[in-house]
Amino acid sequence: MKKTLITAAVAGMVAAAPAFADLTFSALSYRTGPYAANGIPFADGYQDYFTLLNERDGGIGGEKINLVECETGYNTEKGVECYESTKGEGALVYQPLSTGITYQLIPKATADGIPVHSMGYGRTSAKNGEVFRNIFNYPANYWDGASVAVKYLLGENGGSLAGKKIALVYHNSAYGKEPIRTLEEAAKKHGFELSLLPVDHPGQEQKSQWLQIRRDRPDYVLMWGWGVMNQVAIQEAVNIRFNMENFIGIWWSGSENDVLPAGDGANGYKALTFHNVGDDFPVFDDIQKYVVDSGKAAGAGDQIGTALYNRGLYAAMLAAEAAKTAQGIHGVSAITPAQMRDGMEALEITEAKMASLGLPGFGPSFNVSCQNHGGDGMVAVAQWDASAKSWGLITGFEQSDQDILNPLIEEDSAAFAAENGITPGCN
Amino acid sequence: MFYREAGDFKTSYQEDNQTFPIKFDRYRYYAVLFVAFAVIPFMINDYWVNAIFLPFLIYSIAAIGLNILVGYTGQVSLGTGGFMAVGAYAVYKLMTAFPEVSILIHVVLAGGITAIVGMLFGLPSLRIKGFYLAVATLAAQFFLVWLFNRVPWFYNYSASGQISAPERTVAGIPVTGANTEAWAPYLVCLVFVTLSALIARNLTRGAVGRRWMAIRDMDIAAEIIGVNPLTAKLTAFGVSSFFVGIAGALFFAVYLGAVEVGEAFGINKSFLVLFMIIIGGLGSIFGSFAGAAFLVLLPVFLKNVLVGTLGWPTDLAAHLEFMIVGGLIITFLIAEPHGLAQLWRVAKEKLRLWPFPY
Repeated sequence: MKKTLITAAVAGMVAAAPAFADLTFSALSYRTGPYAANGIPFADGYQDYFTLLNERDGGIGGEKINLVECETGYNTEKGVECYESTKGEGALVYQPLSTGITYQLIPKATADGIPVHSMGYGRTSAKNGEVFRNIFNYPANYWDGASVAVKYLLGENGGSLAGKKIALVYHNSAYGKEPIRTLEEAAKKHGFELSLLPVDHPGQEQKSQWLQIRRDRPDYVLMWGWGVMNQVAIQEAVNIRFNMENFIGIWWSGSENDVLPAGDGANGYKALTFHNVGDDFPVFDDIQKYVVDSGKAAGAGDQIGTALYNRGLYAAMLAAEAAKTAQGIHGVSAITPAQMRDGMEALEITEAKMASLGLPGFGPSFNVSCQNHGGDGMVAVAQWDASAKSWGLITGFEQSDQDILNPLIEEDSAAFAAENGITPGCN
Repeated sequence: MFYREAGDFKTSYQEDNQTFPIKFDRYRYYAVLFVAFAVIPFMINDYWVNAIFLPFLIYSIAAIGLNILVGYTGQVSLGTGGFMAVGAYAVYKLMTAFPEVSILIHVVLAGGITAIVGMLFGLPSLRIKGFYLAVATLAAQFFLVWLFNRVPWFYNYSASGQISAPERTVAGIPVTGANTEAWAPYLVCLVFVTLSALIARNLTRGAVGRRWMAIRDMDIAAEIIGVNPLTAKLTAFGVSSFFVGIAGALFFAVYLGAVEVGEAFGINKSFLVLFMIIIGGLGSIFGSFAGAAFLVLLPVFLKNVLVGTLGWPTDLAAHLEFMIVGGLIITFLIAEPHGLAQLWRVAKEKLRLWPFPY
């Protein structure tokens, strides 16, 4: 039995022998499982942008793009399988959209010399490019998110949070635990009281957490949730009549899928974001023309313009721009993962560049350097309008509190360097 | 024609009692060992090791462990995921506390620690049986996962609560961490699998195993003929957890390299290993391998056929995968309720007579 299975597996694998295409991008997506509701729009946006480049511009720098999708189901074991199988096809960069898988890939991808771009997730201290040579997390990370949330609340309260109570409802995993350190530092600095309420995977059961919130009456609730946990949390908050104005989610808790089930009750819910919302950008006309109308849209094609679709699109845009930069630096069009890394490290996103791509004002402008793999940490706050069923930015892009974050990043990356015997440096 | 006993004469008790008494069977076993140790290490790459061989070998150890408890002793356990977590966290603490000691020793020690924890949670089995015991072990599963998430000492106070395996070497060759050659972790796991299977096979053939099976078949009758249920059940829990702990330690240190307890060792893992032994065959070492192969290799195989060869969308393929694997499980269990091991036994019986059945 064992032998026949192995033989059969061999046959299947041989038939699936990788075909080396010009520029291979991997999409470790999840369209199934408890996080699918959030995974699908991101994967669609990511795929559609590359389809657009292929259809409209003939790829990047004259090289066609070959996008290899692999289903991870947000599961680390499947993530490993996906990484190994797409690595064989020469993938240029990995964007796994899962903090757990990112943690797994950090040492592996570094050893293999392939860059990882964990945009707005993953290990925050990867911002220190001297230690994490192959890992990028521009334009913003969790600690930026936590810091800007606190900054926003400071603004709401006339510059002082002393004596206020803030509760953090978080996914009990590496992802959800990331902001705790920053919030604890901020609590010390600004004198608010922080309470921590973990929610276990997948997060369908949160009655006790929200009961505690009803009892403790915190002034504000922050949420680090993902997948079905978001919908449940927002519904529970509506059930205990928590004021939505005082409920702020991280960018992963701010998609249409999260607020729509709660209906009108979710009106006024706020979420952080590091890019713009809506489909009022010229690039969407091109997507309609080249991708949707020609029947090449990814998935069901019904996600265009949603918050997570835009994020997938943004991730693909940053990857494509980095590939262009890499082609410029090395003077070749068929770049390797190592050259892609150089391109990501030299990436410059300016307002003019975004406008030329049909995305004026879509995100902050930033420069990546060896010392800074994380951008400037510019984050805005968006608010949900339940009657119009749309998100709208209520603040501009603000920078996080670098005084708190830089020492923390320094400390955490130094610990990682010591653990793994890495000498920080730029060559 | 194959599996012929005629002409295969045994001249000593030792020969008569060996694990594979039929010559053809024995040579097949040697051939498998030879291929596994001397051929595969030269042929594999990262994909084969990380996507196929490591999960298969490690789940085989876990399945052997659980099979001792469920298949041989009849004590249903749903705590496998929790016990694997004990192995993983034990090896992590040992690796980081004593970096100069060999990782191989740490893995065995982690198995020992898990054995102690397993015996502790096995104590209720002296009073409760069947489904009630399953619920008690379920409590172990949830308690252990909660414990490793809750107490920062277990994950060395890291900010994310993740544990990640630092690089450790065996004879100067890295077997954990990122800079491993494909064959090194494979060989480490293979050695552990081979030894586990040998030990388990010989334990179940000996006095200890007979006591376990007596308890399984009827505990009161076993007690009357002089089997001490306390020692029989607790040794079963101990030995079973020892293997499960080794599997957990290898799963974390060699295979994944970084784990989150809730995600990697949740209740799903307990069910997965339980399904492996049910499909493979309860009370059979071969069944543990067959079940692990079935549940590890089939999804990968289906994914490669559906997405790689046929070019279907990944989500459709993932959903179909569930349906096909589920359908096959039902078909197998209807066709042969005693699992793949029984199918193999029947096939062997047929092959003894083939091509002239009577």
